[in-house]
Amino acid sequence: MDERRLDGNAAGGLLGEVFVFETTTAEGACDRCGTVAHLGQQMAYISDIGTVVRCASCDNALIRIAQNPRGYFLDLRGVRYLRFESAP
Amino acid sequence: MTEIRRLPGRLAWRIGEVVETRHATPRTRSLFLEVPGWEGHRAGQHVDVRLTAEDGYQAQRSYSIASAPEERSLELVVERLDDGEVSPYLTDELRTGDKLELRGPIGGWFVWEAKDGGPLFLVAGGSGIAPLMAMIRHRAAAGSEAPSRLLYSSRSREDIIFAGELDHLAASDGSLEVVHTLTRSQPPGWTGYARRIDDEMLAEVAPSPEQGPLTFVCGPTPLVESVATALVGLGHDAGRIKTERFGPTGG
Repeated sequence: MDERRLDGNAAGGLLGEVFVFETTTAEGACDRCGTVAHLGQQMAYISDIGTVVRCASCDNALIRIAQNPRGYFLDLRGVRYLRFESAP
Repeated sequence: MTEIRRLPGRLAWRIGEVVETRHATPRTRSLFLEVPGWEGHRAGQHVDVRLTAEDGYQAQRSYSIASAPEERSLELVVERLDDGEVSPYLTDELRTGDKLELRGPIGGWFVWEAKDGGPLFLVAGGSGIAPLMAMIRHRAAAGSEAPSRLLYSSRSREDIIFAGELDHLAASDGSLEVVHTLTRSQPPGWTGYARRIDDEMLAEVAPSPEQGPLTFVCGPTPLVESVATALVGLGHDAGRIKTERFGPTGG
């Protein structure tokens, strides 16, 4: 299957369809190893069926998001928390 | 084109019109798009482009915006990958007046604005120049004097994207320096670097770690990872190095 490993930045488009805040500059804590990093500097695996954002330190799946014509499926169990700034 | 569904107030797919195309190098093409209601972008951001086949099959790719926020149309640089699903259509088939489905602007991480200052150290491989070109153009348009240095790796002289514009900008701006390396072939009399970017080259070209440069690296994954690792090894603050990788099959 066509799957591409990119920066977390590349997941910003699909995440931006769901979240109202800028996701690539949001900080996420990995639920497995505890590493805190901007989502834009994590790794994104993008395929036709969905996108997985993985921890750049331990490869844990932080965010899984898939889309079909009716809506979205979002699995956030890999992130302990997200911290993001409100709009200026 | 499929119905465009969205959540209110969020990013959504929209339609842009191709207003011009230009072959920048033998393997790349610049697309100039006008997008009704475009709210503007910041240098370094990208858009996702989506193609839909007649049978409904869709494929999407991310392309960095190469134009400055100050410019009217969006410029995307597309490198033709022979086995790609998306790029051959964009480089070979797309015509002025065609419509293209896109989503953006996207990303706040790999972004530079004039108010962020410098010194700025930019490292590009191939079409990875695109988001860095947006920064260089924005820097010029905003009248920024942030000391800036671009290290740009291309296969050969004819593969240098924006060669003329970079020459012109560097010649007319004493605080912008452009250093090329040509990895596969060099024209007669070439005195510049003629190898892949390595630690020694970075030690010579990068501002010293004490100057605390803001560094942006964009290109193929191996280049980005080796440059980022080398810079940290040279004593640069990893927190001031931002990277943007192309996937192994950027297509």
